[in-house]
Amino acid sequence: MENNNNYAIETNNLSIRYGNFTAVKDVNMKVERQKITAIIGPSGCGKSTLLRAFNRMNDFVPSCRVTGKLLLGRQNLYSKDIDPVEVRRKIGMVFQKPNPFPKSIYENIAWGARINGFKGNMNELVEQSLRSAALWDEVKDKLQQSAYALSGGQQQRLCIARTIAIQPEIILMDEPASALDPISTLRIEELMQELKKNYTILIVTHNMQQAARASDYTAMMMIDDQRAGGVIEFADTKKIFTRPSDKRTEDYVTGRFG
Amino acid sequence: MSNAQIPYPEGEVFNLALRARYRSATIWQSLFLGALLVAIIALTALIYNVIDGAFGYIAYEYKNDPAEFTSTPINELKKEELLDIFKKNLSSGAYNKLEKEKPMDSRTQSELLELFLERLVRIDTKGTWSMTDSLLNGAEIRAEVTGKYPDAILEFRSWLTPQFLVTPMSSRAEFAGVRTAVLGSLWLVGIAILFALPVGTGAAIYLQEYAQRNWFTKVIQTNINNLAGVPSIVYGMLGLALFVRVLEPLTSGAIFGMTDSNGRTILAAGLTMGILVLPLIIINAQEAIKAVPDSLRQAAFGVGATRWQTVWHHVLPNALPGILTGSILALSRALGETAPLIVVGASTFISVDPNGPFSKFTALPIQIYQWTTRAQSEFHAIAAGAIIVLLALLLTLNASAILLRNRFQRRW
Repeated sequence: MENNNNYAIETNNLSIRYGNFTAVKDVNMKVERQKITAIIGPSGCGKSTLLRAFNRMNDFVPSCRVTGKLLLGRQNLYSKDIDPVEVRRKIGMVFQKPNPFPKSIYENIAWGARINGFKGNMNELVEQSLRSAALWDEVKDKLQQSAYALSGGQQQRLCIARTIAIQPEIILMDEPASALDPISTLRIEELMQELKKNYTILIVTHNMQQAARASDYTAMMMIDDQRAGGVIEFADTKKIFTRPSDKRTEDYVTGRFG
Repeated sequence: MSNAQIPYPEGEVFNLALRARYRSATIWQSLFLGALLVAIIALTALIYNVIDGAFGYIAYEYKNDPAEFTSTPINELKKEELLDIFKKNLSSGAYNKLEKEKPMDSRTQSELLELFLERLVRIDTKGTWSMTDSLLNGAEIRAEVTGKYPDAILEFRSWLTPQFLVTPMSSRAEFAGVRTAVLGSLWLVGIAILFALPVGTGAAIYLQEYAQRNWFTKVIQTNINNLAGVPSIVYGMLGLALFVRVLEPLTSGAIFGMTDSNGRTILAAGLTMGILVLPLIIINAQEAIKAVPDSLRQAAFGVGATRWQTVWHHVLPNALPGILTGSILALSRALGETAPLIVVGASTFISVDPNGPFSKFTALPIQIYQWTTRAQSEFHAIAAGAIIVLLALLLTLNASAILLRNRFQRRW
């Protein structure tokens, strides 16, 4: 999956249907490398559904069908010869609620590496991943303790560390701070700025200030009159929040909508 | 805002309505309390009934006076003296037979004493009385016994003794024990769980984690739920047809070189029990697997795990305490089942310990059933004792299930 252009991943008329219901329609997005791209929009507009399409998590919903293309380089991730397991190794995911494994902190990171056949020094990988997730100093003395003993914010950073450990190209974040307090949220946002030096980040957020503060690009989603979600505007975050070209985006980011 | 605009009662009207609400609440509350009392009374009656039978007076005579065999009082007889008595008074054929069952030298004093009373003195039981009867009408019982059987000895006996647990079956209630039946029951339950736990858990994993949700799996699911309610005698018929008859070469051990057995073995009965509890174990394992939160599966998939890695490393370990708890409860159902064992062919009289899956067997409920159908009252007394043993086993199993659940309870 060689990739020479500036874009980490592209969608090409990507549509997602549940049975006969079209949840997301004709999304065309080019996600730039080593940038943070935020997806915003009102509840139920298909933000999370779209995000989950990027690493084929929707495959687990039996009625879900995806059409169009999702291009990592020249490779369509939805073509028949692509194994979704391979996709998920290349495109990691951090979920809305922190969901560490009910295992030790160490094992939380080592497990993903091990099942993917990691051959290097596991202790080093664990330390390096925890450092990258700005968690090492807090947990270095209790690596064998249960991850459940950590606070919510620490658990979420552990989940990020777990994702980094398998060295994906892209990290998807589904409202990663929505279950956290403002201080933990800030730490996650700072962490994202660090991570974008090495990774491409796609984040779904409800929090408009967060999108404005933390992201480089913003995709605005909205449902049409058939209740199908779509990207109505995709641009530089500054532009979206200062002079959006779509009236609906303006209404939404200024809080006049909904 | 005037009162007319509020469509709710106020003041005296409200208070009246409130009192009426409390009244109906009180009525319901006392009905529920009544229901609870009925349950408690039923349980108490059950336990009382069993205990009542297991203790009480017994009147017996010695057919032969112990003084004919020895001058030492019975309670002071030593092992050597007893061995001596046997050698003198038993025919060599009878002695050799006993020696074959268990070498006489290796028997304990109490075992030998029992043998002495059974074979030589030959105890003859004249009557037994329940605990309540013995405690309340002691004087009348004594008068009755001395009137009818002047030579009889009357004593208060607990039919449930340590000896009762370790003694094999005997044709005389006074010397019978539940050892054979307890061992048989343990073998059955062991084979049942060895068969049903892996098969049931496997089926549950497939249904929960792999099977597509279509009409076919719905039909299967409904059938499993219904099978859990099928009367156990039907499973007995299945066991008879399948394990005893069709699979006889396997269940009799013929293909392993056993020759002296037919299909009515512990293995056949254990597998029948396994089939009987299989739906329970599947349903319960499904519930335990369902209780593992989806976020955990997603976490595993999110780091590039396959379905199997997710199931094996995360779903199964976290569902295991629930699966085991349910399996233990299913086993306690198997432990009390009688009907399928009768159909499959449990032996009603067997005094040899089961020594492998191809042995003939009996089980506690069978033994209890068989003893209660006997006419002599002393058999009813040992049946009561055996019921207490069975209840104790069931309680132990259930308690271990609760312990297991508390020990491994997960917080998500």
